[in-house]
Amino acid sequence: MSGTSDASPLPVRFRASLSSLASVPITLFGLILVTFLIGRAMPIDPVIAIVGDHAPPDVIARVRAELALDKPLPVQFWIYLEHLARGDLGSSVMTSRPVTTDIATFFPATLELATTAILIAILLGVPLGVFAARYQGSHFDHAVRVVSLAGQSVPIFVLGLLCLLFFYVKLGIAPGTGQQDVLFEGMVREVTGMRVLDAALAGDWDAFWDALAHLAQPALVLAYFSLSIITRMTRAFMLEALAGEYIVAARAKGLSDARILWRHAFGNIMVPLITVIALAYAGLLEGAVLTETVFSWPGIGLYLTGSLLNADMNAVLGATLVIGSVYVGLNLLADLAYRLLDPRVR
Amino acid sequence: MLTRRTLLASAAAAAVPLAAPAIFSGARAATPRNIVAMAKQIDDIIGAFDPGESYEFSNNEGCGNLYRKLVIPDPAGGDRLVGDLAEKWEVSKDGAVFTFHIRHGVLFESGKPLTAEDAAFSLQRVVKMNKTPGFILTQFGLTADNVEAMVRATNEYTLELKLPIVQATSFVLYCLSATCGCVVEKATVLANQANGDLGNAWLKMHSAGAGSYRLVEWKASDHIILEANPHAATKPHVPRVVIRHVADPSAQLLALQKGDVDIARDLVSDQLKLVLNKPDYNVARRPQLTSMYIGMNMGVPELQKVEARQAIKTAIDYEAIAKNITPNLWSVWQSFLPKGIPGAVADNPFKKDVAKAKALLAKAGYPNGFSVTLDHFAKTPYPEIAQAVQADLAAIGVKVQLLAGEQKQVISKTRARQQQLAMLTWFPDFLDAHSNAQAFCQNIDDSDATKLKSVAWRYHCFDKEMTELVDAAVKELDTKKRMEMYAKLQRDFFQRGPFAFMLQNVEISVMRKDVSGLALGVLPDYTRYAPITKA
Repeated sequence: MSGTSDASPLPVRFRASLSSLASVPITLFGLILVTFLIGRAMPIDPVIAIVGDHAPPDVIARVRAELALDKPLPVQFWIYLEHLARGDLGSSVMTSRPVTTDIATFFPATLELATTAILIAILLGVPLGVFAARYQGSHFDHAVRVVSLAGQSVPIFVLGLLCLLFFYVKLGIAPGTGQQDVLFEGMVREVTGMRVLDAALAGDWDAFWDALAHLAQPALVLAYFSLSIITRMTRAFMLEALAGEYIVAARAKGLSDARILWRHAFGNIMVPLITVIALAYAGLLEGAVLTETVFSWPGIGLYLTGSLLNADMNAVLGATLVIGSVYVGLNLLADLAYRLLDPRVR
Repeated sequence: MLTRRTLLASAAAAAVPLAAPAIFSGARAATPRNIVAMAKQIDDIIGAFDPGESYEFSNNEGCGNLYRKLVIPDPAGGDRLVGDLAEKWEVSKDGAVFTFHIRHGVLFESGKPLTAEDAAFSLQRVVKMNKTPGFILTQFGLTADNVEAMVRATNEYTLELKLPIVQATSFVLYCLSATCGCVVEKATVLANQANGDLGNAWLKMHSAGAGSYRLVEWKASDHIILEANPHAATKPHVPRVVIRHVADPSAQLLALQKGDVDIARDLVSDQLKLVLNKPDYNVARRPQLTSMYIGMNMGVPELQKVEARQAIKTAIDYEAIAKNITPNLWSVWQSFLPKGIPGAVADNPFKKDVAKAKALLAKAGYPNGFSVTLDHFAKTPYPEIAQAVQADLAAIGVKVQLLAGEQKQVISKTRARQQQLAMLTWFPDFLDAHSNAQAFCQNIDDSDATKLKSVAWRYHCFDKEMTELVDAAVKELDTKKRMEMYAKLQRDFFQRGPFAFMLQNVEISVMRKDVSGLALGVLPDYTRYAPITKA
C-alpha cells in the first residue's frame, strides 16, 4: 500500500501532521486572548501592584501610560502581540526582570520536578499495569487497583501535606520544604537551573544529596498521581491486547509467557501508552502548581500563583503561554509519535 | 473480591513510593553557626533593592541593612534623630538650607570611601527617577531640573541641601531617614547604568552601599542572601543571612521547631501561644507603625452623618478584638498617628457603649440602623476581626455584609472609591507626623481630577479645616507649636474623621534559643541584622 494519495504528492501522515501543526498557533492565540481578557477583568488595578498603595497620582498616571493601560483594550492587546512577535514578554512587576528571564529561572525547577515524577511514574506504573493485567483478578491486581484509585481520589495537596506531616514533622527523616537546605542556598553555580544536576556538575556531592532529598518528596507525591493513571491505562490496554487473536496464536506457537507479554502484547500497546504518558507529563508540567505551593518549590507554578495575586499580568501571560506551549507541544509530539508508530493511521 | 490480604498488599504497595524519602534521612538538627536563616514572607517585594524605588516592607528592610543614611532614628529607642553618615548638621535660621558634615572613613562595600558627592548623587537620582518614593523628596519642591543645584557637595565631606519649599526642620530630617535617603556609591552605580536609568535596573539585583551587609542574591518569592560587607563600620556577628520565603505562618513555626531556620518572622497569635515564654526560644518584640482602621465612605448617604460615624466608632469592642483575636500582635490604638510617631496622642477615646451608639444612630436619623458592606482582606486575622465588627454593629442595628478580597483587590476598590466600609492597614512613609496627617486628614479637591488622591479623598472626607491645619503644621518651624497642632488635628479627627482607627501592630520575631540580638525597628528599614548572634 502506498503512503501517498493521488491528489497530493505529500504522504497522508505528513499532511495530517501539518494540519496538527497549523492548529498550534490558533490554540496559542486563543490562550493568550483569553488570559489577557481575564487579566484585564480582574478586580485589581495592575498599576497599584507596581507602584503600591502610597504612590502619588502623577506616578500612577505615568506608570499607567508606560503600560499602555490608558489605551483601549484592543490596542493594549495589539501592543502585547507586537511585543510578543519580537520575543518580548514584557517585564515582571514582582521580580523587576524580563518575563523571559524569569521563565528561564523558574521553569527548570518545574521541569526537574515533573521529569523526575514522570520517570518514577513510568518505571513503577507500567510494570504494575502490565502485571495487574497478566494476573487479572488476583490479590496483586486488586492491590494495584486500590493504590491507583487512591492516587486519583486523594487531592494532591492533601497527600503533600500528609507526607510533610509524617516524614518531615513526625519521623524527621525527610527534609522540609524548598529546593535545598538554607546551607546550600547560593553555594552551587546555576547552570541548568535544576539543583540536582547543577550540584552533580559542580561535583558538590553534599549539595547533590541535599537537593535529591528535597526533590524526593514532591516528586513522589506528583508521581503518585501520574502513576495511578498510567497503571490503570496500561492495565486496560494490556487486557485488550491479551485478548487478541494474535496472542492466542502466539501461545499456540509455544512462545514463552514473557515473550508474549512484553514483545507481542506490550509492543502493541506502546502507541496509546505514549499518548497517555505524554498527556500525563504535560499535566505534571501544567499542574504542579499545588505541589509547588505545598513544598515551596520555586517553579513556574509558584511563579504563576504569585504573579496572579500581585496582578503581575505580564508574568501571568508569559507563564500561561509557556505552560500552554508545553502542553500543546507535548500533545503534538504524541500525535506525531502516534502517526509514526501505528501503521494503521498512516 | 476485596479481602484482608488485598488491603494489606495495597497498603504495602502504597507505602513503598511514599516511604522512599526515608532513604534520604539527612534532616539536620540546626543551621551552621556562620549562617542565620530566617523564615519570612517576602513576596511583597516590588522595585527590588534599589533604595530609590524600594517601597515595600521586605525590600525596605533589606535596604536598611545594605545602605546607610545621613540621619536615622536613635537605635537606642525614642523618636530622636541621630546622625548616621552625617557627623553633624546645621540648618539655616529660615529652615531653607541644610548643611551635612559627612563622617570620614566610611567605606562602601567596594572599599572606596563614601563622600558628600555620593550622598548628593543618591538624593538627586531619587528625584530624577521619581519612582514611588520620589514624592518624599519632591514635596520640598525639588525637581529633576533644579535638584543638581539644590542638592550638592560643597566639598568632599560637606553636603548642602536647599529647599525650594521651606518646611519643618524635623519633617525634612525624618524624610531623609526614609529608605530613599540611602546613600549609594555613585561611581559603581553609574558604571552599571543602562539607557540612562541611573543604575536603576542594576541596583535592583545588586547593592552598592556602606551597610553591614551586601546583597548576594535575590530570587523573587524564594530567597534573599546577604553577606557581610567586609568594609562595614558595624561588622555583623554572623556573616551570612539567608531569608527564605515561607508564606504560611504554620510552616514558619514548623521550620523553626525543626531547626531549618533560626528565626521566624511572621508567626500569628495561634502559633505565638506555643512558643512565647518557652525556654527553647528567644523573642524580639517591637511596636510597629502599622495601623488597622475601618474607613467609612462619606459618599454613602448614611455615612455622611457625623453621628452615624460616631455610632460605628462607639459600637466596636476594640479591647475584645485585641484580646481575643490578635493577642500579642495588635493592641488598641485609636489615633491616626501610631504610638512612636512624635506628636501621637494616647487618648483612645472610644469604648464599646451600645446604648450611646444607638442614641447617636437615632440622632443621625437612623433609629433602626441601616445596611452597609465591609470590604476586608481575606487573610487571617482580618476575617475574624471583620466578623467581630459585624457582630458589634449588628447590636446597634447596622447590618454589615462582609466582602473578603485579596489585599490588592481591596486597595484597588478603595482607590476607585467603590467601597462603603473597608478595613485596611496603613503605615507611614517616614517617621514624621505629616505622612499620616496628610494621608488621612488632607483632601484638597474631592473631584476625580484632584492632584492629591489621599486616603481622605478615597472616603470623600473633604474637611477644609483639617486640610488647612495639615498644611500649617508641616510648615511650622517651632517644634512645640507643631506638636500642638497635630494634637488638635488628632482630636478633631476623633470627632469628625470617617475612620475608626482600631489597632496598632506589634512585631514579634521568634528565635531559637541559640540565636539572639535581632534588632527590630519601628519601620522595616530600621530593622538590623548585624547585632544577631548565634551560639
